[in-house]
Parts: sequence; structure tokens; C-alpha cells
Amino acid sequence: MSSHADTIDHHHDHTTTTGIPNKKLVMWAFLASDCMFFGVLIATHMIYRLYPPPGAPDPMDIFSIELTSFSTFILLMSSLMMALAVNAIQKNNLKSMRLSLLTTVFFGAIFLGCQVYEFQHFVYAKHLTLTNSIFGSTFYTLTGTHGTHVAIGVFWLILMYVRSFQPAAGIKDKGWFWRGLIHIAAVIGVVIFSMFAVIGLTHTLQAGEGFGAFLSHDFGLLIGLAVTTALSFYLARPRGPVAFGEANAIDVESMGLYWHFVDIVWIVIFTAVYLLEYL
Amino acid sequence: MEATAKSNFTGHDEHVAPKRASVFWRPTSKTGLMSWLTTVDHKRIGFLYGVFALFFFIVGGLEALLIRLQLAVPNNDLLSAQQYNELFTMHGTTMIFLAIMPLSAAFFNFMIPLQIGARDVAFPRLNSFSLWTFVAGAAIINLGWFMKAGAPDAGWFGYAPLTSSTYSPDHSIDMWVMGLQLLGVASIAASLNFIVTIINMRAPGMTMMRLPVFTWMALFTSFLLILSFPAITIALVELMMDRLFGTNFFEVSNGGMPILWQHLFWIFGHPEVYILILPAMGVISEILPTFSRKPLFGYPIVVFSGAIIGFMGFTVWSHHMFTTGMGTVATAAFALATMAIAVPTGVKIFNWIGTLWGGHLQMRTPMMFALGFIWMFMVGGFSGIMHSAAPADAQQQDSYFVVAHFHYVLIGGSLFGLLAAIHYWFPLMFGRIVSEFWGKLSFWIIFTGFNITFFPMHFLGLNGMPRRTFTYDSNLGWNTPNFIATIGALILGVGIAIYFITIVYTYFKGQKIGRDPWDARTLEWSLPCPPPEYNFAVIPKVHARDAFWYEKQHKEEIAKENAAQAKEDKAHGGIHMPFASIYPLVASIGLLVAGIGISALDHNKLIVSIIGGVIMVAGIFLWAHEGNEGYHMHADKEEKS
Repeated sequence: MSSHADTIDHHHDHTTTTGIPNKKLVMWAFLASDCMFFGVLIATHMIYRLYPPPGAPDPMDIFSIELTSFSTFILLMSSLMMALAVNAIQKNNLKSMRLSLLTTVFFGAIFLGCQVYEFQHFVYAKHLTLTNSIFGSTFYTLTGTHGTHVAIGVFWLILMYVRSFQPAAGIKDKGWFWRGLIHIAAVIGVVIFSMFAVIGLTHTLQAGEGFGAFLSHDFGLLIGLAVTTALSFYLARPRGPVAFGEANAIDVESMGLYWHFVDIVWIVIFTAVYLLEYL
Repeated sequence: MEATAKSNFTGHDEHVAPKRASVFWRPTSKTGLMSWLTTVDHKRIGFLYGVFALFFFIVGGLEALLIRLQLAVPNNDLLSAQQYNELFTMHGTTMIFLAIMPLSAAFFNFMIPLQIGARDVAFPRLNSFSLWTFVAGAAIINLGWFMKAGAPDAGWFGYAPLTSSTYSPDHSIDMWVMGLQLLGVASIAASLNFIVTIINMRAPGMTMMRLPVFTWMALFTSFLLILSFPAITIALVELMMDRLFGTNFFEVSNGGMPILWQHLFWIFGHPEVYILILPAMGVISEILPTFSRKPLFGYPIVVFSGAIIGFMGFTVWSHHMFTTGMGTVATAAFALATMAIAVPTGVKIFNWIGTLWGGHLQMRTPMMFALGFIWMFMVGGFSGIMHSAAPADAQQQDSYFVVAHFHYVLIGGSLFGLLAAIHYWFPLMFGRIVSEFWGKLSFWIIFTGFNITFFPMHFLGLNGMPRRTFTYDSNLGWNTPNFIATIGALILGVGIAIYFITIVYTYFKGQKIGRDPWDARTLEWSLPCPPPEYNFAVIPKVHARDAFWYEKQHKEEIAKENAAQAKEDKAHGGIHMPFASIYPLVASIGLLVAGIGISALDHNKLIVSIIGGVIMVAGIFLWAHEGNEGYHMHADKEEKS
């Protein structure tokens, strides 16, 4: 079962009956299953939109379509970066893959940040909560489940990014496991701190206060951001040969399939939940 | 456990302990508790599935006996109404999710790789995760028996709004919801594994249209599982959100519609009944040709009928809801679809009869159960067709007629199929064969007891006895059939007891056999009994549909091929085996802790759930990073048998 070929054929796996790599096939099957998950959630939302109880909130008063269109666009672009990452690792270009993965993480984080902002806005400004109407229940459950998928995807991307630093077999480097854990924590820190810093800045500017007020409110966030960013850069220095390479392209590719699928589901949700209201 | 543990030593290993970071310790022992907890061998995992399934089968059976004892005489007070509710809920949940499904999964695990000529499933560690997550889910569902809240009591299909926090304020429903979600995770993970294994791990020459029918049915069952379980999972998530966070999915006062639960549940629930029966149909399609000394009649038709049944299984769910007032068009459409699904089922039955026709029948114990299956499943099928007529169903809805119907398809169908499978494959799994006398005796007692129990229920139902009532008055004309049914249940219990005592006795003391005791046709019988850890010393080349039959007719050709293949394997370093791993177990324990935290606790919910979540993520993380390497093994001279 070991591969002796010098060049790796990324489109045909000679160890399987069909030539499709196992990891790709299992991901396709899982996505078929996931289609049903989202299908049921979307159906629940649509059914309750068709039969709203008296006094139900009007979604048009609640949505801010501009923000959601923006975050949809960003999520689509993240798929492009994901595809570039797969392409890079198939050509054994580790550096380019890492950069593309980080960009994907960045875009995914923007999407999540927009969702956090949107939820906050809906709850505090529009008074739509999980419990006070059936619309709130279905809306938050559906978009929240999708957001969880994106968050899992971002987490997975970060794990894959850090894994690409694992030293090659035979290299004496006992510290890499713990260094890797710190690395993961640092990148997650960058994502979370920057997300909340931007949201904080937005809130401050919306409230009509200046940049100084933002600094005084969110100074801790910025410190955290600076520390985790510096740590991430420090841990990403080259340290010699790594285990990750062209042979791992299938891992990146199946992760990519998941990521693209989550994007496509968002296109459906964006159409069914948001755009249909404006017909 | 000794028998399977010992069988693993027909080869020797090398490089068992590689150099690696200490966090990535890989267990290497091959006996003892640790080896069972960390095993990735599909045969051991299958065996464990079987042990857990049979344990829960006995639990569910005892629950059924208590139910029958309560109903033996009118106005009985053996059980309180509350206890009765808990018992019928747990009887249904246990039998479906914790007995029949995992018993099918046991045979899928054990047999699929052997039937397609593979050395393991596609993802051995995922397989171990499925097993332990199933155990975690089963534990959470049954936790209520030991708690103040009591066991779940809302029926196995938990209709809203009975399950809402208004009507079921205690934790029993929370645990039912959480346990079923974990079982869903386990089933989906296992099914993904089987799908990839069957599609991608076949031996050379094993084309799809040469697959044994059991493997085909496993493939369809797996697809049904991954496509239907999401519906109930989301329904359970919505219910859990209602109960924990106060959402309004099934809350009528805020615009929720309880009927939504019924739709979501049965979109899962109807494919589920095919999930229960298709594996049994696969077993029957293996046993009948073996003991009729003939190939299966109309193999492609049997396979495609299975596919059509699986597909149509998704189009008939609302026949469980004829009395909810869906409107005439929907009712008529679902009635028609339900009648239509009888066609591929009937086609299968005719193919089985065609297999028997003109065959040289050998009445061994597996064959007895298989023939019992055909007969009893047909009885259940006929009453099923009666249900498909919506006006008739409106009368039968929620009566004992329905109880009779689904016990005929579930016991007479699924269970007889699986009991046949145990007898059929027992020699292969353990190298010992069950005594014909005790096997047949148990069959006749089970068969008699089963019919005495459930046949009178048809009349009870038509005479108006509703299901799920804990007692009844003596002047309703239901006394005699109920008493007969209870006697039957006791006979059935005796039969099952004899069956299990025989099986356990055979496991330890049964007569040892060599290879291929039934002179069978499919690839798993080409192996020594029990098979070695690596299954096939040489990966076989498949030339025909009944692969082993062909091998037996073409010994020279096969020997030449195997020698060439063995040489090539040696050049590649021997047989590759995956390492055992503890991290799937760790991830499942995390799920168990989180599940208990969310569903069963009053205090510290959040903390316990987070601890569980962290354990799970840590398990998955270490699992992903320990790598999927393994070691090499060399098959020594195969044991002569």
C-alpha cells in the first residue's frame, strides 16, 4: 500500500478500486449527509415563514441586506483562496499553500465577524431573540448551524496550517508537539482578537465616539492581538525540513471540499432566507 | 473472548514499536482489556457490536415480558401507568436502536471486508469511534433507570408536544434526545466507513455486480442511514433547543407546529424500517443459495429491488400520519407510493422462492430461520399492504393491529434474519458450530411462541384495543387474546433463552470445525475459521459472482495466482496492518461526558459539557496527528485445517 511513485497522481489513487482516494469519497458521502441536515433546517425555516403566527416580526425590518451581501461575497472569495491552496500543495508549493490557507482563514473570520455583529444587532437593536418568536427560533438555529460549520472549517484550516510545520520524520525535535499547540492557540487568538477589535471599532464609530474612545475601551483586545500576532510570526519561522508535502494534498483537498460545500450552503441560505424576502 | 483473541496469532509482526513522540503512544498489546478498548480490527469491533447488541436485546426482551405480564389479565396492577409508559418507550427504543441496528452493524463490520476480499475497512479508527460512540449513546438513553427522573416515557417516536418541557419537565426526555443524537453520530460515521469500504476496497475482479447480496444490502442500508439520520438529528436538535433554550419549534402558543415533528421523525422513521429489514434480506439471500445448493435466482433483480426499496423508502413516510388530516391529495399520493413499494419487496420474495425451487434443500438451523423469515415476513408484509389503504388505516391506527404488523416484520423479519445470521456465520467467527438439535429446538420454540404472542393481536386490534394503554376493563372482549399473547410471550422468552444458552455454550465448548463447514459460495468462507487478524494471507483475485465457489472448482488456477501474488506482497514488505489507537475511545468518552453534562445534570451543566467537549476535541486532535501508519506482518504457513 506504500506509494513508490516519484510523481504523485492527484487524480487517480491506484490503491483503491475506483481510483478515487478514500478520503475524498468519504467526504463526498458526508457532504451528501450534510445536505440533508441543511435541507431539513432550511425546510423548517421556510415552512414557518409560509405560516407566520399573528404578530410575527417582518424580516424586511430586521435584515440589513448590504452587510449580508458583503459577507456572502467574502465567503465566496474564501473559496477561491481555498482552491488556490489545494492547487499550491498539489504542486508541492508549501509556502504558497500556507499563505492561501491563512487568507482563507482571514476571509472565514470576516464572515464569522459579520455574523456575530449581525446577531448582536438583531438582538439588541431589533429585539429579535431566539425565544420571542418562531422566526427568531428558526433564523438563529439555521444561520447559527451554518456559522458553526464555518467556525469548524476555520478551526480545521488552522490545524492544517500548523500541521504543515511538523518536522520531517527522523528529525530530532521533541518540542514540536507543544510548540504546535501554542501555535494553534496563537492563530486562534489572532482570529478572535481581531474579530472583536473590528466589531468594537465599528460599535465605537457608530456611537459617534472617536478613535481614542475605541483605544480606551478595547485596549486589552489590541494588546492580545499584538501578542498573538507576534507569537504566530515567531512560530512560523522556517526550522528545517517538514513532513508536510505533496502527499498531503488529499488532506487539503478533502478539507477544501468541506469548505466549498459550506459556501454553497450559504448561497442557498442567503437566497432562501434573505433574498426571497425582497421579492 | 479467548477464541477470537487467540486466533490472531497465525503470523508474526515486525517493527511493532516505532520511534515516536511520547504523546503518540500506540497500544500494541493483542490480548487483555486494553487491546479490546483500542482495537481497530473490524472483526473484533464487529464482535463487540454483537455483544452489546445482544445484551440490549435481552434488556429489551425483559421489558417486553413485563409489558405482557401487565396485560395478561384485565385491571392488572403489576405495573403503574408511569412504569408502563417507561417500559414501552424503552422497549421500542432499545430494540430498534440498541439491538437490531447494532446487530446488523456487527455483521456489516465482520463480513463486509471478508466478502469483498479486503483486509480491513477503509477507516479502521473511525470504526472504533463509531462503536464507542454507540455505547455512549446507549448508556445515556438508559441512564434514566438509575436516576430520579426515571426512564424516557414519551413513546419511541416521542411526539411533540408530549416531549415539551411543559408535559415532560424532568430529564428523562433530555437523555433520550441526547442519546439518540449520539447514536446518530455513531451510525453516520459507521455508514460512511462502510460506503467507502464497499466502493473502494474491493479485491481485484470483485466488480459491483459480483458483490455478495449481503454486501449490497449493507451498501443500501448505509446510504439510507446517512440520508435519513440527519432528519431525526435536526428534529432532535430542535426539540433540544426548545427544552434547553426556550425556542418555539414545537411550541404552539408561539406559532410552532407539533405536526412538524411527525414529518421530520417519519422522514427518518420510514427509511429506518428498511434500515432494519434490508440487512436481514441480505442475510437470507446468502443463506438460501448455500443451503439450496444453487446460485441465487435472479441476482441482478434482487440487487435492484433492494435499491428501489431503499429509494422508495424516502417517499412513503406520511403513511404513518394518515389520520393527521394531511388532505386528500397527500393521503392518496402516500397511499399509492406505499402500495407500490410492495412490488420490489414481492419481487425479492419470488426470487427467494425461485432459489429454493428445484434446489437440493439442506434443513440446517440457519436454513430453518431463513425459511421462517420468508413466511413470517410475508404475513407482516400483507398486513402492511392493508395499512397502505388510508381508509382502512384510519381504523387500524394506534390499535394492536399495528403492533401485530410491525412485530411480524421486525421479529419475523429482521430478528429471524439476524438469528439466522448468527447460526450461519458462527462457525466462521469462532471456529465452532452450534448443535443442530438445540438450534432447531430453539427455532421451533421461538417460532411457536412468536406466533402465539402476536397473531392474536391482529384480532385485538380489529376489536378496538388501543396500543399504549397500561390496562383494560374485563368487559371489552379482550381478555382471552391478551392472556394467550402473554403465554406466547413466555414461550418466546423460553425459546430465546434456549437460543442464547446454546450460543454461549457453543462459544466455549462447541464442536470445533475446519474450513467452510456449509460448503458455501462467498469469499468469507475461503478463510480459516476463525479468520486471522489480517484476513487474507493473499488478496484473492475474483473471477465470478460466487467467488469461493469458483475457487473450489478451479483449484489449480487459483493456487498459481495466489503464489504469484504472495511473491509480489513479499517484495512490498509483507502485510500492512494498522496500529491500534486509543484516541477514538477518548473522543467517544468526551462525547459521553458532554452528553451527560447537557442532558442529565441539574447543576454544573456548562462546566461538565465543556470538559466533555475539550476531551473530545483533544481525542480527535491527537487521532488526526498520530498518523495512520502501521506495521508489517508476515503470514506464516497457514494453519492446516
